[in-house]
Amino acid sequence: MKKLKEEKQETNSFKFPKSLTGIQGLDDITSGGMPKNRPTLLLGNTGCGKTIMAMEFLVNGIEMYDEPGVFMSFEENTDELVLNFKSLQFDLITHLANNKIYIEHVQLNPPEVLKSGMYDLEGLFVRLKQAINKVKAKRVVLDSLDTLFYGFGYKILRSEFKRLLTWLKEQKVTAIITAEIGDTFLTRQGLEEYVSDCVIALDNRTTNQITTRRLRIIKYRGSFHGNNEYPFIIDEKGITVFPIISEAFEQESSTQRISSGIKDLDDMLGKKGFYMGSSILVSGTAGTGKTSLAASFAHNVCQANKRCLFCAFEEAPNQVIRNMQSIGFNLEPLVKSGMLTFYYSRPTLQNLELHFLAIKKMIVDLKPSVVILDPITNLMTEGPNSDIRSMLTRFVDFLKTQHITVMFTAAITVGSIERNPSDEGISSMVDTWMMVQDIEVDAERTRSLCVMKSRGMPHSNQVRKFMISNKGITLSPIITGGGKSESDTRRRTKEHLNLSTSKESIGVKEIPQ
Amino acid sequence: MKELTAKSNAEGNEKQKYVFRLFVTGILPNSARAIKNLNTICEQHLKGRYDVEIIDIYQQPSLALTEEIVAVPVLIKKFPLPEVRMIGDLSNNEKVLKELDLI
Repeated sequence: MKKLKEEKQETNSFKFPKSLTGIQGLDDITSGGMPKNRPTLLLGNTGCGKTIMAMEFLVNGIEMYDEPGVFMSFEENTDELVLNFKSLQFDLITHLANNKIYIEHVQLNPPEVLKSGMYDLEGLFVRLKQAINKVKAKRVVLDSLDTLFYGFGYKILRSEFKRLLTWLKEQKVTAIITAEIGDTFLTRQGLEEYVSDCVIALDNRTTNQITTRRLRIIKYRGSFHGNNEYPFIIDEKGITVFPIISEAFEQESSTQRISSGIKDLDDMLGKKGFYMGSSILVSGTAGTGKTSLAASFAHNVCQANKRCLFCAFEEAPNQVIRNMQSIGFNLEPLVKSGMLTFYYSRPTLQNLELHFLAIKKMIVDLKPSVVILDPITNLMTEGPNSDIRSMLTRFVDFLKTQHITVMFTAAITVGSIERNPSDEGISSMVDTWMMVQDIEVDAERTRSLCVMKSRGMPHSNQVRKFMISNKGITLSPIITGGGKSESDTRRRTKEHLNLSTSKESIGVKEIPQ
Repeated sequence: MKELTAKSNAEGNEKQKYVFRLFVTGILPNSARAIKNLNTICEQHLKGRYDVEIIDIYQQPSLALTEEIVAVPVLIKKFPLPEVRMIGDLSNNEKVLKELDLI
């Protein structure tokens, strides 16, 4: 019995042999990279980054895992490739000189090449073999299959492609074969069915004039893999894929608290403020003081000698600094001392992924305790709400694993919050949700604040008057007409009762969908 | 005028020497057939004025690179110019003859 158990454990610890790609995020989704010594088919339409991904696989192989590679190009020649990848900081010239990479451009005869009788593509195999031997390659890229088989008949294509896959396995190389997807003959011929091991599809979609690249693993035999479509970006350092799952799991929930910088608000939040590493949403109509709340939080964090990253999507940093000066928050010295850092970018400047990536990179560099996104709704002009939601979810997950407290502000239009679906979407994934609103009290416009929810702590149910003065922010009970100090006291008593009897919700953090 | 040059070319071809290179892979069926077919064609149409070099890319893989060989077998007519490439085992006799300007 014991033996059986041991055996079972052994099989569980079995790891499918894989070859790390070194591409950020891709190794997480595939839990370890491409199947080792097997061919992987990389599908995608024109311009979605197949060649780049394939080349990065080779270059990372050389630089990170000491595995030389062969790049068989049927499209671009060596000089073109070297030049193209220079802008991606891939130093192909050095690798070529060190015999770590071998690039062979296979000149294909024009499609009207003369044919008489039977033939095969043994010439290619001979050249490939020679190339592999030249650098003792462990990784091979064939780019792209369409160009190779263009001009050779379908019959040849079927049999030779199958033979190529078997042959590559025999050579014990981890291979990536790129191919066009869509209306081209490849998918119509069902070629991906031959590749039993791993098929990855890339996609390039434009919604609202903003293009998003996506990656999906169609199949990966013998291994677990993420099933979703993952957005990825190509920047000067290559490809970064954004997985949700890898970052979501190992969250530790902190019991430490962090002050909001407003004593009255802390009081409303169980007298202690937010949880460290939680996510906070401040939503409200225009001019209700969302940014002021956020700035107050940032100011307090920095004063406590913790770093804060303030991502401003609406106002320029010096405008924020000037405006906050007027309500008693002097942010400038904090910026100078490096405690407060601004990220400022127009939302329409680039797509959502690039924004988050830029912020993510800053987070990695700065290691802030608090990140503020002001306002998150401006990013929503960027793409459909479902997109921003999934992006936000991923971003919040990332921050949570880093134990960073995040505060978003969200501008909503006048009207009830229930009628604002985008806000609803965000509010379900945050831990603490505060709403600031304009209400009318005795024919006077009054700012009000209430805590809509706050996971894991007793919080006040009161709507408080929210006052911004040159000395900062204070919250006080709303005094309605004829209200005397007597009713004030009653209110206070009631509030106290509220606090002490309110049920403590259980601090389980849900992973929003 | 055009007819005249065409005619003189054809006349020239009759005396011209042909130089072929045939790339094969060992004695695989396609290659073996290609060698046999080429021999027959040359003996029938170019007797005494042809030169055939058979290259086995298994033996000389570097030549596969320099001559840009992908499909095998492939026949390259080096001379007379222009160079003509034909892939396959040359079993379609008529097509081969036509492309080589022999009929």
